[in-house]
Amino acid sequence: MIASLFDLTLCLLILAVAGAAVFGRAAFMAVVFFIVYGILIAIAWLRLGAIDVALAEAAIGAGLTGVLLLAALSRIMRNIDAPEPAPVLEGKTIATGLASLVVTALVAHAFLTLPEPRGLQSRVTANLADAGAENPVTAVLLNFRGWDTLLESIVLLAALLGVWTLARDDAWSGRAGLRHVTRPGGVLAQFGRILPPIGLLVGIYLVWAGSKQPGGAFQGGTVLAAVWIVTIMAGLMQAPRVADRALRAALVIGPVIFLALAVAGVFAGAFLVFPPAHAGWLILAVEAVLTLSIAATLAMLIFGPPEGEEKR
Amino acid sequence: MIAPSASLLYGLCGAVLIGLGLYGFVAHRRLIRRVLAFNVIGSGIFLLFGASAYRDPAAGADPVPQAMIITGIVVALAATALALALIVAHARLAQSGALPEDETHEDGSEDAP
Repeated sequence: MIASLFDLTLCLLILAVAGAAVFGRAAFMAVVFFIVYGILIAIAWLRLGAIDVALAEAAIGAGLTGVLLLAALSRIMRNIDAPEPAPVLEGKTIATGLASLVVTALVAHAFLTLPEPRGLQSRVTANLADAGAENPVTAVLLNFRGWDTLLESIVLLAALLGVWTLARDDAWSGRAGLRHVTRPGGVLAQFGRILPPIGLLVGIYLVWAGSKQPGGAFQGGTVLAAVWIVTIMAGLMQAPRVADRALRAALVIGPVIFLALAVAGVFAGAFLVFPPAHAGWLILAVEAVLTLSIAATLAMLIFGPPEGEEKR
Repeated sequence: MIAPSASLLYGLCGAVLIGLGLYGFVAHRRLIRRVLAFNVIGSGIFLLFGASAYRDPAAGADPVPQAMIITGIVVALAATALALALIVAHARLAQSGALPEDETHEDGSEDAP
């Protein structure tokens, strides 16, 4: 495909917004530009024909990462009394800039001199009938490269354990994150009632459609996590206690069921092998429990460790 | 002049993003800005990878790199969440948004250890 004027404009816009996010003086401004940057990157993925990646980038790369950065920024600002250090290390900027230019030039050179593409499309297409999913990306994620996805769901849990270990001793076993209080009748309180039903529908649809069309457990799980986050931020419900048994069951059920089916695959042939006759419903079952765990884990990562009923 | 292909354009865009992010990651003193810049490096690498898989559009978008990039995006989020939680804990304990070795006074002298 020949690059159009649209592609050129989009690339320049991406670079300009990334520049503002990296060079901008105020941290808050930089985070806002980063969110815009994520949305633009999602559009770039659409142009590259990767709709599943575009959904993941918009939901996770722009949305959740943006929320994480904003929340962290406000918590840092609340804790710092001393004046902020100068934003950039003086005296080292020129050397750093030159080194970065060299890296960009080397990467660009490597990209330009890549050998002829020999993609795996044909092999995926040839085996798609046995994969149990018609969307080739879902087939790769949950069947052909299921190992990646299994470990990825465990990486999410490991990150959450790391975040939880940062809780203060006296706050542990409390509710995750800070308590959210909103003005009744305010924008957030209204929004928190309107958005969740739509979000629930979209999230579940993305998982269900993921076996045939773009979508899947990660994109759908992220939307469901967002629904939960918005409801709690609007003060309509409280974040769960980190010691809550139902919460902990939701966090681990996805990886546990996936791992159990992977081990059961040993009897059908090899570790992580789904028998083609049953692959369809097995993948749907794994996706369903993975979605639950991903949604719960992502939401808990966003809330952060329990901080107790502290002064605000 | 022959118009460049879309994959070439987005691949080079990814290369520039990697450089931009690298600069921000090294040059910034505030840790949260470094995490942000690190995410720019990450998405630049993803874009480069995705663009290299799209050099033969007649074959259609290759699903294997797409699946690996989705995995990468999720892992990047997990790492970002952990890094930010560490930075928040550091800010709470040290009252600072930067590492001790990057703190300098007005006259440029370093902090005593």
